Amino acid sequence: MSSSTYVAPTDHAKAADKFMEDEERVNWHDKALWFIRQKRDVASKQLPEWELLRETASQIKQNVLSNLDTYLEEFERHAKQNGITVHWAADAAEHNRIVLDIIKRHGIQKLVKSKSMLTEECHLNDFLGDNGIDVVDTDLGERVVQLAQEPPSHIVLPCIHKRKEEVGELFHQHLGTEKGASDPAYLTEAARQHLREKFLTSDLAITGVNFAIAETGGFVVCTNEGNADMGAHLAKVHIACMGIEKIIPKAENLGVFLRLLARSATGQPITTYSSHFHRPRPDQEMHIVLVDNGRSIQLGRKDFYNSLKCIRCGACINTCPVYRRSGGHSYHYAISGPIGAILAPNMDMKKNADLPFASTLCGSCSNVCPVKIDIHNQLYQWRQVLSDGGYVPKTKKIGMQAMATVLSNPTIYRVAGKSGRFMMNLMPGLANMKAVNPWAKQREMPEPPKESFRDWYLKNKKKS
Amino acid sequence: MSSREAILNRVKTNKPAAVALPQTLAFPPVPADACIEKFARTVEAVGGTVVEVTNLAEIGAYLKKHYESPERVLNTVHGVGFGQELSGPIEDGHVLANLEIAVVTGSVGVAENGAVWVSEENLPTRVLPFITEHLMLVVAAENIVSNMHEAYVRLDVSAPGFGAFISGPSRTADIEQSLVIGAHGPKRAHVFILK
Ligand code: SF4
Repeated sequence: MSSSTYVAPTDHAKAADKFMEDEERVNWHDKALWFIRQKRDVASKQLPEWELLRETASQIKQNVLSNLDTYLEEFERHAKQNGITVHWAADAAEHNRIVLDIIKRHGIQKLVKSKSMLTEECHLNDFLGDNGIDVVDTDLGERVVQLAQEPPSHIVLPCIHKRKEEVGELFHQHLGTEKGASDPAYLTEAARQHLREKFLTSDLAITGVNFAIAETGGFVVCTNEGNADMGAHLAKVHIACMGIEKIIPKAENLGVFLRLLARSATGQPITTYSSHFHRPRPDQEMHIVLVDNGRSIQLGRKDFYNSLKCIRCGACINTCPVYRRSGGHSYHYAISGPIGAILAPNMDMKKNADLPFASTLCGSCSNVCPVKIDIHNQLYQWRQVLSDGGYVPKTKKIGMQAMATVLSNPTIYRVAGKSGRFMMNLMPGLANMKAVNPWAKQREMPEPPKESFRDWYLKNKKKS
Repeated sequence: MSSREAILNRVKTNKPAAVALPQTLAFPPVPADACIEKFARTVEAVGGTVVEVTNLAEIGAYLKKHYESPERVLNTVHGVGFGQELSGPIEDGHVLANLEIAVVTGSVGVAENGAVWVSEENLPTRVLPFITEHLMLVVAAENIVSNMHEAYVRLDVSAPGFGAFISGPSRTADIEQSLVIGAHGPKRAHVFILK
């Protein structure tokens, strides 16, 4: 597949407007994601130790980030001892070049790839396509968006924005399924047969990495479909691509992370496959590409380095009220939703200045995050950084300055609370005027309560 | 300067203050019977079928009853006595492209998630438990643990070149969140608990 025809939007609000034109689809999308969020809630409540697991996971990642250089060296040493070739890539371009070199050295024309958000971030498919290599994405959802010439709209559920009829039409065109057929079981079976042929005839497989273990020099890949394993075990060459933050110190730490990952992602107790690769087969070559691409810079941002703890479960995305109603493509970055919005500005402040504003700051993302990243806090902090740097359009900036003053001063906050209610009671039209308040757009302003929570609390406290 | 050095230098300069690794988590042990019962329930919940047996020959008898022709079965567990028995390695996994049933030893079962650890030591070739249409795992009851922490205490995951936790048959819900069993791996999974 050559470079995609999909043109990324440049402004979240505009793209969201477009997505919201189809109200029925928006409602369906919203419900589908909320359903997954609820499954996550059920799964997490079944473990009394859930909060302990989150806290421990967060602390392990804190330890990793604070010793990342030594862990990376330790991982490299052990991986080499295991017979794995280790490569280092400073940025996306170098990563893509390294992968292409390996492919060319083996004279390979086509390959299978399982899900890797890193390769999405690096736009590997487009690069390889431009160099005449046929890349087949093998995760079902990724294959769907690849056939549609679109990027994934979600890190765990790549085609969550597509209706089954649309998938049916794509498969009819590309895989020859019956016209009008849209039964998920029928379409999945068609994809199974289509991709099995690809697995059996590809000499090279690319996979992502969920965790890389410093102590043992191995790495773990998690899938439900079994596509990473089908690809890697049948290929003569396996290339695993990972961001440098994917390191964990010891194998036993996996106990914590594997308990959290799938429960947070889809509500399953674990993914069907958690595959631990430590050495290539005797007849196989195994490569790992360690990619920085801005991560070492983010590591130095004291308000934002926490974002590197992310294990890409997607929980923050499923719960986000803005994501659910604006769709993944409106974020115009490889990783959508709240986590994408705090990673993207590190890569390009100018291009991604709008993303931290694509949030209500409700904090639901931070509440579900299995590694306890303070996502909504970082969204708020990015707004300040981007605003100070002159990346933010005027209207948003004024509102934000007012909000910053309000939130940093308890006295004004109380007064603003009272006068805010007063203003809205008298002139609700003002607060809803879209030109002045961009946040009123597409949203009903809430009914101002007769009594603020604080007033209510103080009154009731005195009573008791 | 190489990219390796540049990355490591930047990380060294930018990394936050050192924080110790938290202590290993451990939870009170769960009685063996409760573990086995929970394991069986969870395997069923993730789409697998559980059969309890008291010896390996019973597995053979079960297979014979349900899958008449032994040619369809590749059996890597000595003592089951049904199907094509295999002990040596398979050089090229591609020959298994049309395999219907594989019987494989799992060394640890995990009650909380129904996962079974399958490692290269017990496989003629890595692709076997993924390429087969129907996977039959055999786990000894005494190797069933309560949770993943206990599993990692029991296992040295770096001893084999490859190993995987496998929980149920392969699945996908990528099309409108409809769960479909049988994505790229097995369409069905059995777990025989050997008591
Ligand atoms: S930020 Fe947290 S919740 Fe969001 S994808 Fe990453 S780990 Fe999951």
